Amino acid sequence: MSLKHDIEFTLNGVRKRVTVDVAMNALDMLRDVVGLTGTKYGCGEGECGACTIRVDGTTLNSCLMFAVDCNGREITTIEGLAADPKADALREAFVEHGAVQCGFCTPGMVVQAAHILDTNPDADADAIKRGLEGNLCRCTGYKKIVDAVESAACCGAK
Amino acid sequence: MNVAEKPVIAAESLIGQRIQKKDAPEKAAGKTRYIQDMVVPGMLHAKILRSARVHAKILSIDTSAAKALPGVHVVLTAADVPDQQPIGVARDHLPLKGERVRSLRDEIAAVAADSEEIAEAALKLIRVEYEDLPIVAGPEDAIKPGAPLLHPAPLDADGQPKALPPKTPIAFAGKADNIAMRFDYTHGDIAAAEAESDVVVEDTFQLHYVTHCCMGVSGVIAEFDASGNLLMYSNTQVPFLHKREFAEYLNIDPSRVRIIQPPIGGGFGSKLDIYPFEVICIFLARAAQRPVKMVFTREEEFLASPTRQPVLLTLRSGCKKDGTLTFRQVHTLHDNGAYTSWGATTPFVMMQTFSSLYRVPACDYHTTVVYTNNPYAGSFRGYGNLQATFAIEQHMDMLAEKMGMDPLDFRMKNAQDAGEVTGQGMTFKSCGFKECLTTAAERSDYRKKHADNIAHRGDPGPVKRGIGIASMLHVGGGAKIYPSDGCGTILKLDDFANVTLITGASEIGQGSETVLSQLVCEELGLPISAVTVVNNDTAITPWDVGVHASRTTFIAGNSAIGAARKAKAKILAAAAKKHGCDETTLDLRGGFVVVAESGEPLVELARLMRNLHFSDKAELVMTTFYYEPPSVHQDKGFKGDVSAAYAWATQVVEVEVDTDTGIVKMTKVTGTHDVGRVLNRLGLEGQIEGGVVMGQGYALTENLIVENGVTRNPNFRDYKLVTAPEIPEMDVTFVESRDGEGPQGAKGVGEAPSICIAAAAANAIYNATGVRIFGLPFTPEAVYRALRGKSEKPHWQAWKPE
Repeated sequence: MSLKHDIEFTLNGVRKRVTVDVAMNALDMLRDVVGLTGTKYGCGEGECGACTIRVDGTTLNSCLMFAVDCNGREITTIEGLAADPKADALREAFVEHGAVQCGFCTPGMVVQAAHILDTNPDADADAIKRGLEGNLCRCTGYKKIVDAVESAACCGAK
Repeated sequence: MNVAEKPVIAAESLIGQRIQKKDAPEKAAGKTRYIQDMVVPGMLHAKILRSARVHAKILSIDTSAAKALPGVHVVLTAADVPDQQPIGVARDHLPLKGERVRSLRDEIAAVAADSEEIAEAALKLIRVEYEDLPIVAGPEDAIKPGAPLLHPAPLDADGQPKALPPKTPIAFAGKADNIAMRFDYTHGDIAAAEAESDVVVEDTFQLHYVTHCCMGVSGVIAEFDASGNLLMYSNTQVPFLHKREFAEYLNIDPSRVRIIQPPIGGGFGSKLDIYPFEVICIFLARAAQRPVKMVFTREEEFLASPTRQPVLLTLRSGCKKDGTLTFRQVHTLHDNGAYTSWGATTPFVMMQTFSSLYRVPACDYHTTVVYTNNPYAGSFRGYGNLQATFAIEQHMDMLAEKMGMDPLDFRMKNAQDAGEVTGQGMTFKSCGFKECLTTAAERSDYRKKHADNIAHRGDPGPVKRGIGIASMLHVGGGAKIYPSDGCGTILKLDDFANVTLITGASEIGQGSETVLSQLVCEELGLPISAVTVVNNDTAITPWDVGVHASRTTFIAGNSAIGAARKAKAKILAAAAKKHGCDETTLDLRGGFVVVAESGEPLVELARLMRNLHFSDKAELVMTTFYYEPPSVHQDKGFKGDVSAAYAWATQVVEVEVDTDTGIVKMTKVTGTHDVGRVLNRLGLEGQIEGGVVMGQGYALTENLIVENGVTRNPNFRDYKLVTAPEIPEMDVTFVESRDGEGPQGAKGVGEAPSICIAAAAANAIYNATGVRIFGLPFTPEAVYRALRGKSEKPHWQAWKPE
């Protein structure tokens, strides 16, 4: 009924080969095929950022990317950042600054924040706010998230 | 460590410290498993077919093609569940609609299949024939003579109303009009108070639809065991109430219903009621005899989850020349939507603001809640208080201006003090209202800026600055709505002096497990890391009424303290006996029993625990406590001291209004909250900041557009939440009035920070431009029109029933 396709890519530093439906998005592949549920479904149309992942050094909403387009790419999810000692300071800053409440937006926020700091290690509060514009949070009012990223920037965290 | 090696331990308090949220490391690592992430072996996936019409009779439903689709296990319609019972506070709502649909969200059929894709494909194969009915598009239409009825009484074969036994629910018996609920409250002599008023203002305010937008969409998993016991994985905020209600709908004993709450992706009041999807998921699981999972799409979340209730509100306020308030008279009309959920009952809270935020000798309050063909309203953080405060605090500014009084002085003159008993019977044992007013005003330089902005209104340039003030009163010590407003705690210490705190209180992201752990550790002299919280399984945890009314820290906190103090007493008695001293001279600090006065460690707590356990008279330290606040139910006239404590706040909002574009930028919010006492400063700030930004969205950007029953913007692109670059500078301070009943003196705060923002923003826009806007939200278009005199002032014929 539906068309399947084999793809190969690097996920959090590990080579993966999976078979996916051609209509499937990268978010569903990560959650339902690979079984990594840290990347969240918030809206399915690229508005909320809960499904943010890193692809070849940039971030995008995985709900808007076809799974087949992951072929040959290097992908990092929150699970990859959680296992990466270089990201410890950033995650700890989220905890320390009270940037987490219900936590549903948090994985996307952390992935996006890591990207902001990677591309702009000296990011100030305004740059961080602009960088997080595509990530919605309903609990925190963003201030503590911005504070957390700013403090991680000061510590030289990446 | 030996006692001998340990130097004296000074008394240290955790209260007021910045305590990291216990669940934050898991969440920041993406390891937390929400209901969306859960997989139960053998589970099926469910989807609901919703109405394609706003108001229609259902002539036929054909599910044969859907049932024939490979991978489909169950297709249910109302005809398949003849035993379904109505849900909701008014029992006017059947989960599956068989004869009539009353809104676009109405559930007609449901499918359980091997995958979501198959379930969705099956929905497309279901054929429904409708016969359209006239639409009740808004609350004013609902009360017009001859308006179509939303819930007409069923007729017998002769066209006569069916004879039904008394107390038959509305879902079966219907209703002769479109009035879902009425609220009428009075204290004092309104006519006399108006007669002695020197200034009277009357205006109508219009409050719009908004919705919760929890980042985690709604979901549930239901399964039955071989004996017919129901296990639900649910996002509910009120597990113990729901346990009983689900049992009622299934006609089984409540002991056979168990609810487990996985971590919740946002609550804000949205998970306070039972919704059709949950009952339907149970029906599917019962029919399939398999676990069934149902998760919404975001579009479905917008279309089929509850809203904040839209309100038309006419307020008359009066005062004397010297600035003494004389009376308030309020008529409101609420759009209930097609069915009754908690949104209908928000007048309970609204009338408190009118009767008791300021001293007012006479108050007359009337609400009519009417059925329409719109999405139905539920409970949402603030519970009507945003709407009430929007009106009352604009009138405070308007009265002050009419009398030539400073708005702050006018408020100070009428603000409540500790010790006052209001016309509604609320008793303010602790009250930091005046300190909130003066602190927020001073920190924001309100008086000077307010005067300066007026002076600069005529300056060249399109951008005008404004500052506005608003205050709020909200329950801060629970609310006695149900027969009990209590919470139970079970506490145990293991052989290593680690604590398990088993509490009825639910964690919905607000940080209850952290603050409860903190309160326990304050008693037991242990680090937060020594506590494991168990709070998510009705088979384990003791009863709690649920997360609502800003009650959890107050009620569950007092309960946790009670259990911890019992444990402490037991520990100190054991230590005193062993060491031959008086237990009143001992204390618990840093994991040791110490001599209170000197701080000299007597015995390590873990060692004492083992000594107790592995002795001839073996025992463990395990305690229980149930806390019921000393509040009372309101009488039929809505009078009574319904909360054990009351919370206060003043928020000052500063804006820049671009008069060329109508764009309002919220630049700064200065908030001072009477929280009784600061417990976890980090968590408290987080609650306030999040609430402020939620209030900002309510004031400026959020608007669920419903036209003739159709929700036009069910997505985050067109329903605009505030984003990170748009947040105001926030200056948050606290007044510690040390409530005598509160846990360590604290009061509830969860709802408070959202309440004043729209009202203060309205006053700020007026301060900037001299134009007052009576309806929300303050979108660029609305402000642009208002500045050019092109917006129609809200109006309605305040409807006084016979």
